[in-house]
Amino acid sequence: MASGRTFDLRSQPAFSFVALFTFFMLYLPIAALVMYAFNAGSSMAVWEGVSLRWFYEAAGNERVQEAALRSAVIAMFAALTATVAATMAAIATTRTRPYRGLTFKYAFINQPLMVPEIVTAVALLIVFSRIKVWTGYSGLGYLVAAHSAFCIPFAYLPIRARLENMDLSLETAAADLYATKWQAFSHVTLPLLRPGIIAGFMLAFVISLDDVVITEFVKSGGQDTLPTYMLGQLRRETTPEINAIAVAFLLFSVVLVTAFFFVNRRKV
Amino acid sequence: MPAAPGRNAIEVRSVSKLFGTGEAQVAALDNVSVAIRENEFFTLLGPSGCGKTTLLRLIAGFDYPTEGEILLYGQDIAPLPPFKRPVNTVFQSYALFPHMTVGQNIGFGLEMLGKPKAEVEARVSAMLKLVRMEALKDRRTSQISGGQQQRVALARALAPQPKVLLLDEPLSALDYKLRKEMQIELKRLQNETGITFIFVTHDQEEALTMSDRIAVMSSGRILQVGSPWDIYDRPAERFVADFIGDSNFLPAAVGAIENGIARVKLLSGAEISATVAEGYQPKAEATVAIRPEHTTAVRTGGQLPGSVENVVYLGTDTHIHIKLDSGGNFTVRQQNMRSQSCGFEVGERVGIQIAANAAQVLKD
Repeated sequence: MASGRTFDLRSQPAFSFVALFTFFMLYLPIAALVMYAFNAGSSMAVWEGVSLRWFYEAAGNERVQEAALRSAVIAMFAALTATVAATMAAIATTRTRPYRGLTFKYAFINQPLMVPEIVTAVALLIVFSRIKVWTGYSGLGYLVAAHSAFCIPFAYLPIRARLENMDLSLETAAADLYATKWQAFSHVTLPLLRPGIIAGFMLAFVISLDDVVITEFVKSGGQDTLPTYMLGQLRRETTPEINAIAVAFLLFSVVLVTAFFFVNRRKV
Repeated sequence: MPAAPGRNAIEVRSVSKLFGTGEAQVAALDNVSVAIRENEFFTLLGPSGCGKTTLLRLIAGFDYPTEGEILLYGQDIAPLPPFKRPVNTVFQSYALFPHMTVGQNIGFGLEMLGKPKAEVEARVSAMLKLVRMEALKDRRTSQISGGQQQRVALARALAPQPKVLLLDEPLSALDYKLRKEMQIELKRLQNETGITFIFVTHDQEEALTMSDRIAVMSSGRILQVGSPWDIYDRPAERFVADFIGDSNFLPAAVGAIENGIARVKLLSGAEISATVAEGYQPKAEATVAIRPEHTTAVRTGGQLPGSVENVVYLGTDTHIHIKLDSGGNFTVRQQNMRSQSCGFEVGERVGIQIAANAAQVLKD
């Protein structure tokens, strides 16, 4: 490729080295974590042979089971709520003539991406503790509400992107063919939006599953999710059980995010 | 041919449409009135930005007029939403629903109207037959060609048996051969269904071949309404004569008028006969339009002397560009015959022979 006329970054000196070094630094810690999940011994630093022991231990641990189930329930409800809210917000912000204040609304919807999580966490802690006193309710509702709120922008982005790329004449054609506004939405807009909604839901689900900071502040006693359980375990004597949980978590997320990309790419 | 000039399917009365506000306000339509007859193939013709698509959108209900009325068989439909108007549209982009099959697309309108399943099925089959697409009923719209998509779009708009069918430059995405085929196809569909067609195009040839009547539009106004023959042979204004076909424009003095024929004196001093619009009064300074194919170049005689500037061979005919002695340029179009070439040399002296009544006096 000695064309010399087009600039190709790959032909620059040390390019390969920098690239490899970056990937190495990114993935080495994860590789080590994955490797020690298969350690037969009970140390996270001394290798004693291959075993699936810690996976069995983790799977059999009641507290892990509980935390995992709780994470899944919260993520399910939060992603559902966030997706519904995000869909409505996306329609309201795209199926309208641009007006003064629309940009402000985008910013408002995406607020959770800009406000530091710790600030939201402290704010929610204060508000929720008041509500707990007034109502006496201390269930999972607080976590679901908090997760729903910060998941909205993640669900919103793929849905809005899809709405913006949709051919507006399709909705006009539906109206021309005797569809009322609601029929045009349910027969044309919604089916075409479905991949975006599914993608938004999956993204929101992963984001909720992964959250530590807000959950740590908002949860009541005995409401550990999988990430906060892991955090709690790290404060004690640690075994490769944590690694095993992390690997399972990693696999699940990779599968979900990969699926997200495929769904998001679909044409119809 | 148009049915007996009976009822008006659509009547547009003093419709204006303004976009924007304040100083940025533009009139897309400026006090437009036109009546479109039942069973007519009516074309709105004009360059882009002339307001033809805006007028179509107002009839469809995608937009509302700032002023004026739009009557459908006597009933004002201007304030109705599109789904309450018995009018369907064929979109420029076809706008077929990509998540539905060909059959589902065609049945969509009837389903929205709440027709029974059996009736929808029967209509869809009949429509598929009408546009010769029976074999492709269960295909996705992304799996068929552009020409087939065009037919599906037509079938979908015709299926609910609208009172008026609107077509927004539906042939512009097709290649030349297919476009020619679809022109004939559209005429056939109109004859078979008996539905009033309102067709929007910027392509003069398309307008001339298909229409019963044409409205020529420019800058938000309708300049002339008439049959293709009227529009081509009796253009009322310079814009119309210029936009449709080629024309030579000559300054002239209009003299006595009798039975729609005026004696016209050209700058060269020659007198020719020209057609005029009804009610036209003699005038010292006017413009006449003359089609290049209604003239011949001759070596001796002719009403306008000049010299040949350029000869362009075009296969079927030859264009001879002539510089007039009285100033200005003139183009003559001569049919080519195999047995003889047109034989003019650049620089040669020629006379232009104008056929009787070939000139049209323009309104200004």
